[in-house]
Amino acid sequence: MAGVLGSSIRRREDPALITGKGKYSDDLKRPNMAFAAIVRSPYAHAKISSIDTSAAAEADGVLAVFTHQEVTDSGTVGSIPVGWLLPEIKTPEHPMLARDTVRYVGDAVAVVVAENRYAARDAVDLVYVDYDALPASVNPKTTVEEGAVQIHKEAPGNIAFDWELGDREATESAFAHAANVVEFSSRNNRLIPFAIEPRCVLAEFDDSNGELTITMTSQNPHLHRLLMSLASLGLPEHKIRVIAPEVGGGFGSKIHHYADEAITAWCSIQLNRPVKWTATRSESSLTDAHGRDHVSEAALAVDSEGLITGLRVKTYANMGAYLSTFAPAVPTYLYGTLLSGEYDIPAIHVETIGTFTTTAPVDALRGAGRPEATYIVERLMDLAANKIGIDPAEFRRLNFIKPDAFPYQTQVALQYDSGNYEPALDKVLEMVGYSQIRQEQANRIKEEGKLLGIGLSTYIEACGLAPSAVVGSLGAQAGQWESGEIRFHPTGTVTVYTGSSAHGQGHHTTFSQIVADRFGIDVDNVEVIHGDTNQVAFGWGTYGSRSAAVGGSALAGSADKIIAKGRIIAAHLLEAAEKDVIFENGKYSVKGVPGKAHTIEDIALQAHLAHNLPEGVEPGLRATTFYDPANFTYPFGSHVAVVEVDPETGKVKLISYTAVDDVGNVINPMIVDGQLHGGIAHGIGQCLLEEAIYDENGQLVSGEFLDYAVPKAHQLLSFSLDRTVTPCPHNPLGVKGCGEAGAIASPVAVANAVIDALKPFGIHHLDMPLTPEKIWHAIQVQGRS
Amino acid sequence: MYPARFEYFRASSLAEAIDLMGVHPGAKFLAGGHSLIPMMKLRLAQPPVLIDIGHLSDLRGVEMEGESLRVGALTTHSELASNELLQRVCPLLSEAASQIADPAVRNKGTIGGNLAHSDPGSDPPAVIQVLNATLTVCGPNGSRTVEASDFFVDLLSSDLRENEILTSIKIQISTRKSGSCYLKFEHPASGYAVCGAAAQVELSDNGKCQVAGLAFNGVASTPVEISALGNALSGTFLSDNEIDRAVDENLSVADPMGDIYASAPYRVHLAHVYGKRALKKARDNARS
Repeated sequence: MAGVLGSSIRRREDPALITGKGKYSDDLKRPNMAFAAIVRSPYAHAKISSIDTSAAAEADGVLAVFTHQEVTDSGTVGSIPVGWLLPEIKTPEHPMLARDTVRYVGDAVAVVVAENRYAARDAVDLVYVDYDALPASVNPKTTVEEGAVQIHKEAPGNIAFDWELGDREATESAFAHAANVVEFSSRNNRLIPFAIEPRCVLAEFDDSNGELTITMTSQNPHLHRLLMSLASLGLPEHKIRVIAPEVGGGFGSKIHHYADEAITAWCSIQLNRPVKWTATRSESSLTDAHGRDHVSEAALAVDSEGLITGLRVKTYANMGAYLSTFAPAVPTYLYGTLLSGEYDIPAIHVETIGTFTTTAPVDALRGAGRPEATYIVERLMDLAANKIGIDPAEFRRLNFIKPDAFPYQTQVALQYDSGNYEPALDKVLEMVGYSQIRQEQANRIKEEGKLLGIGLSTYIEACGLAPSAVVGSLGAQAGQWESGEIRFHPTGTVTVYTGSSAHGQGHHTTFSQIVADRFGIDVDNVEVIHGDTNQVAFGWGTYGSRSAAVGGSALAGSADKIIAKGRIIAAHLLEAAEKDVIFENGKYSVKGVPGKAHTIEDIALQAHLAHNLPEGVEPGLRATTFYDPANFTYPFGSHVAVVEVDPETGKVKLISYTAVDDVGNVINPMIVDGQLHGGIAHGIGQCLLEEAIYDENGQLVSGEFLDYAVPKAHQLLSFSLDRTVTPCPHNPLGVKGCGEAGAIASPVAVANAVIDALKPFGIHHLDMPLTPEKIWHAIQVQGRS
Repeated sequence: MYPARFEYFRASSLAEAIDLMGVHPGAKFLAGGHSLIPMMKLRLAQPPVLIDIGHLSDLRGVEMEGESLRVGALTTHSELASNELLQRVCPLLSEAASQIADPAVRNKGTIGGNLAHSDPGSDPPAVIQVLNATLTVCGPNGSRTVEASDFFVDLLSSDLRENEILTSIKIQISTRKSGSCYLKFEHPASGYAVCGAAAQVELSDNGKCQVAGLAFNGVASTPVEISALGNALSGTFLSDNEIDRAVDENLSVADPMGDIYASAPYRVHLAHVYGKRALKKARDNARS
C-alpha cells in the first residue's frame, strides 16, 4: 500500500503479546514430556574427582541422571564449537558436560531428567560431586601474568589469541611527533544480558524416523541447527528441525550455541521422550554469555592545530572459560575496526589479547564490540579537548570526516560508504541549547556549587556484517547473507518467509510494510513467517542490527522478482509489449492507457490458474532471494547527555538525554524510536548501574536482580530524539540499522557528562559503572590531594 | 526457581494459626509472601509447612483507639500508602510505605510480614522506631507487647518467637505541631534502603523543638536510632546549623554494614547527609 513505508503503523505482533496469547518455548506442553535440570559447578575452577549419581537416580520421579561418561558412551561428539576463528587462535575443547575439570561457576557437570520440574530440581541436590578446588582467575589482564593458574593446557598463559589491526609504525611515529598526547586506562564493565525470558529448550526425538525437533529461545534457528549437526550432536542436518517461537528478548545472548540445548536434545534421544529444560533466573545470570569486560590502555595524538594524528589501543578482552560461538569476533573485528569513529585519523593501531578466565563465557551483547570502541574513542575526544582547551563539540567537528570524503577508507579496514556528520551534531546541539546550557553550567557552579555536566557522543556503528566472502576471510565460520521468500496465494494475499528471526524487533510489522509497499497491497494481506528451519529456506538470524538492511533487502529483491514476472503475465493479458507495461499502486497498466489495468491480485490468480499464461512462463507467483550485501551499513549520530551530580553523595541525576541518529531510510518511525529508546536505556544502565562482579574466588556476586541493577523506568527520563537521513547507498531500501545504536552511543555520552561535572575536582576519568560511592570516593580523594 | 516440597495450611483464625504452628515445628507463617516466597524459590528457606494467615481480616486495617493509632499487621503497604487517616495523623509511615519496592509488592506485602522479616534494608523498621511504636504479638500463651526499639534483634532476626504472630502496631499520636520525612537512598537493583532516614519533629507553639527523632534503615543489621538527638535539639529552633551540628555530634553507628554496592563508611556518610536532609524536611513540614 502506497505510503505504508515510513509510517508508524502499530506493531502487528502486539495484540497476541499483550494479551498473553503469545506462545513462548516454556509455554509449550507435550504428552509424556519430561524435565531436565542441570547440575552446575559451585566452584570457579576444580578437578572433578568423582560423581555419585545413585541417590539422585533412585529419587521419586527421576528418569535418568547423565554425566560426561554417558555422553562419551553414546558416541555423541558432545563438544560445543567456536564459530569464528582468528589466526593462531587456541580453541580448547568445551565438553557439554564437564569431562574432568570445571572452569566457571555454572559449568555443566551432570543432568537429571525427571517427570516434573520439582523432582528434577530436588534430584540436583542429590548428585554428589567431589571437587578438588583449583585457584580462580577472573581478571582479563592479570590472567596472563605469571603466577595465574593455567586454565586450559591448550592455551599457554591463558591467551586465546593476540590480534592486531592497523599500522603500528605509522602510529608510533604519529605519537612521537604529536603536539599533544592524552592517554587513559579503563575497565569496560562486564554485563549480564538479562533477557526477560530465560533460555529454554524443548527437544522432541522421534525414533520412528530419527527426527529431532528442538523448540528453543533462538535468535538464529538455522545457525543452531547447523552447529548441532556439524559439531555438538553430529546428527544429519535434514533430520533436525529448530523452531524459535515467541522469544522474549535476547540482546545477543540467544545467538550462541550453549551446552544446554545439546544436553537437552541428547537426553530426548536417550529417553525417546520430549524433554524440556528452562533456565532459572539464577542459572541465566551464571551461564548466559556475558558482555564487554575489557581492560584497555588507549592514547590519542593531536597536532598543534587540534587535528588528530594517531590513535593507539591495547586491550585485554575477557573470553571467560571457553570460547563462545562468536566471541573471538567481538573484541577484534567488531571493535578494532570501529576505532576511527567519525574522525579522519591517519594512523591507528590496535592490539587485542583475548584471554581465558574462570568466568562465564563472554560473547556478543547489544552493540558487541562497538560500544567498547565508541567508549574508547569518545572518552579520548573529551580528554583531548580538555587538554587542548577547546570545546568538546568543536574538537569533534574539527576532526569529522568531511562529507565529500566518502567513501572513506579508515586505517582499520572498514570503508565507510556514506556519512554526513555535522548536520546531526548541529541538530542535537540546537535541540539541547548547547551554548545556554554551557553558560548555565558555569553559573551554577559559581552561584550554587551545583555540579552540572554535559557529555557528547558522536558515534559511528557498523552493522549488517558483510559481504560473506569478506566475513569468511576474517574467520567467520558462517555466511552473512539472508534469505527472503515471498509467496503469493491465488487470492492475492501473501506469505513472507524470512531467515531473520525476530525476538522483539517487530519483523511482522516492518517486513509487512516493506512487502506491502512494494506490491501496493494492504499490510493486513501480508503474513510473515520466521524462526522455523522447516518453513524458511535458510537464514543467519537476527543480531548486529542486520534484519532490515539484510533480511529486508532480501525481501525487496524477491518482491522485485515477482513484480517482473507479473509484468510478463500482465503484458500478455493486456496485449502489450512488456516494456510498455508499468506497475504502480499495485496495478499493471499500459503506459498512457490508464483505464485498462490488472491488479497484482489478478495476476496472482492468473498465475495460479495458469489458464492463459504466456509461453515459457511457469505457473505460480513466488520468489526467493539470497541477499549478500556489498558492505556493512554505517549508521551514525550525535547524542548529548546532561547530568547533575550531588557532590555530597556522588549520586547522578539525568537532566536530559537528546539524540539525533541517522539510521538511513526509516521503515517505521515508531519502531525505530522504540529501538533507540531501548538501546539508550541499555547503555545508561551500563554507564550508571550494571556490573557483573566476580570475587577473587570466581563467585558471581552480583548475579541476582537483588544486586544487579538493570535500568527501570523510574530511573530514566523521556529522551528527546530526532533524525537526519543519509540513506545507505548499497542496499535497495537505503536502510542501515537501529537496534544497537542507542547502546553504542549512550554509555559514553553519560560517562562524559559525569566526568564533565566532576571537572572542578580535577577528575579526568572514572570507570563505569559510575556508582554514587565511586564518584563520592573520587571527590574525597581529590579534595584531600 | 522451584521451592523445595512443603505443606500448606490455610488458618481460619489467629488461634488456629497458632495451634497449627504448635503441631508443625519449623513451619512458617505466610502473610503477603513477598519476602518468604522468593527466599523459598532460591531455596534459601525451606520450611516444611506454610501456615497462611494472609486473609485474616481482623488483623487488617488502620483505626484510632483513643489517642493511639492501631495498624493491623496484615495491612498491605498500598493500604498504608493510601490510607487517609494515616496520611493525616501519621504521614511518616504512609510516606515510607509508598516507597517500598514497586506497586506489585506493595499490593501484596504487609507491614507485619515486613517487620517480622526484619530485613535491614526495609523501610518500615526505622519508621516505627522513630514513632516509638508498640508491637503486639500473640502466641500460645496469649499476647504480649514489645517496644519497637526492642523488636529488631539482628539481621533477619526479631524478638518474635517461632510460634508467635505479630498482630498489630500501636502508635501514640501527638497533638503538637509535628512534621516528618522519610528520605531514602535506594539500591538501584532491589529498591531496598542503602540508607533510609526517618525523621520526626514536634514543635511547641513558639516554634521551638520539643521532640526530635531520627533513625536509619540500611546502615546496620538493625535500625540505627540517634537517641541523643532529642536532647540535642530540644528547645532549639531547628536551624540548619543546629540540625547539622546535632547530627554530626550524635550520630554514631556501632557496627555499620557494607556490601559490593555501598561500603560501610559510605553508608555512615550517607546517614549523615540523609539524616540532616530528612530532619530539615521534617522541620519544614512541621512549620507548614
